[in-house]
Amino acid sequence: MISGLKEIIKPYIQDEDAFANLNEETDFINDLKINSANLVDVVLDIEDKYDIIIDNDAMDSMLDVKSALAVIESKVAAK
Amino acid sequence: MNRRVVITGLGVVSPNGVGLEAFTKAIRSGTSGIRHFMQLEGLQFACQIAGQPEVDEDKMLEYLTPLQLRNFKSSGILYGVMSGMDAWRDAGLDKVEETDFDSGIVFGTGTSGIEKFREAIYKVDDLQVRRLGSTVVSQIMASGVSAYLGGILGLGNQITTNSSACTTGVEAVMMGYDRIKAGRAKRMLVGSCSDHGPYLWGGFDAMRVLTSRFNDDPEDGSRPMSATASGFVPGSGGGALVLETLESALERGAEIYAEVLGGELNSGGHRNGGTMTAPNSEAVQRCIVNALANANVSPEEIDTINGHLTATTKDPTEIQNWCEALQLKGKDFPHINTLKSMIGHCLAAGGSIECVASVLQIKEGFIFPNINCEDLHSEITSLISADKIPLSLIEKDISIVAKASFGFGDVNGCIIFKKYSA
Repeated sequence: MISGLKEIIKPYIQDEDAFANLNEETDFINDLKINSANLVDVVLDIEDKYDIIIDNDAMDSMLDVKSALAVIESKVAAK
Repeated sequence: MNRRVVITGLGVVSPNGVGLEAFTKAIRSGTSGIRHFMQLEGLQFACQIAGQPEVDEDKMLEYLTPLQLRNFKSSGILYGVMSGMDAWRDAGLDKVEETDFDSGIVFGTGTSGIEKFREAIYKVDDLQVRRLGSTVVSQIMASGVSAYLGGILGLGNQITTNSSACTTGVEAVMMGYDRIKAGRAKRMLVGSCSDHGPYLWGGFDAMRVLTSRFNDDPEDGSRPMSATASGFVPGSGGGALVLETLESALERGAEIYAEVLGGELNSGGHRNGGTMTAPNSEAVQRCIVNALANANVSPEEIDTINGHLTATTKDPTEIQNWCEALQLKGKDFPHINTLKSMIGHCLAAGGSIECVASVLQIKEGFIFPNINCEDLHSEITSLISADKIPLSLIEKDISIVAKASFGFGDVNGCIIFKKYSA
């Protein structure tokens, strides 16, 4: 699942080194330098890929790889 | 304060040429950029021909990143960004790391991202507002184009978008000129852009102001000053100029295209024959007279006029207004041409693309030909000599060009460009 997420965020990242070394601790804004406005687009792309709906509260928590994976896993499991 | 303002960079994205070199070649040779569009035919437009710059995906990627182009649907912003970045580079200027507070932008448009707006409206009505994504606002806000350009180039003086219908381009140049003249900026990137497509052009088609007689002969369709003019052909694109204090230009060793001597902006107030769509002739004449006074130029000094001249029934009225304002007629009238014969009426982008053409005439010493007016309107030839309306290229040293644009809302703009001399 981490490789799926990596594919989704690839167009938005602005730090190639951090992206190459992406792990569970990687932060979207601080490490990958993703524009905060684009986090909305990342979430929409995740919804499309996994066919899930991510509500605003869940979205607010998705600031790094670990939390994003946790949200995706729980939403997929609840399907 | 006697601060001189010069033009040090040009950029253009026109239906008959993308980039300065292709555009210059096209206007010198009288090449039409008007094509037939299956989309307009499919949508049952009366006018199925239009002017639209040819820009492919690879070309876009020279200006915008793959991320910026994700879900990007604003053709006007694209044309504005391309012409603006080209003008900046042409002036010998680079994108900067630290904000450049001496340089600003006035980049106009009539409406922005109309196809993006359409997509967003459908999503909202379909209860999908949460799925609009992050790019709707920046693409449909009127100031989108200046915001994109400001961010790409790193400029920190005034960054704004003006809007005055078909006067927009000339107005942007005047606003940038005024700001530099007032000592509030060293450099201003000025210009304008316009979207292409049926959702913008449809309103004009509905007003029956577009020609519907040349769907099979698109290149013959835009016929300003012709006896067979039957309405304008809609266009789109972008044009940009870098304005700069003479001092700054000389300091940088920049190439100087021409000097902006001055100009005028006014309105007829929808009085005395003026309406939302028709000009108050008194105001038009006053605009021209005041522009010349502001530039300290006498009518006899004008080498050539770049008119508004759209190919509607108002063309003879415009010529008459020039005659009255300049107090010149017949053989004494200057040369006059209109780019719209080649590229149609690019609406908000028209004025700036036409300013770029005007300045090129000064820089390279030519008057570009008018096309599609072999059959001049008799009311026009009763006012000025036919040989003042060139049908082929004239190679000639040009010192002063008067450029005017007039727009819906009864608004007028006239600007005077002069060959630079120390």
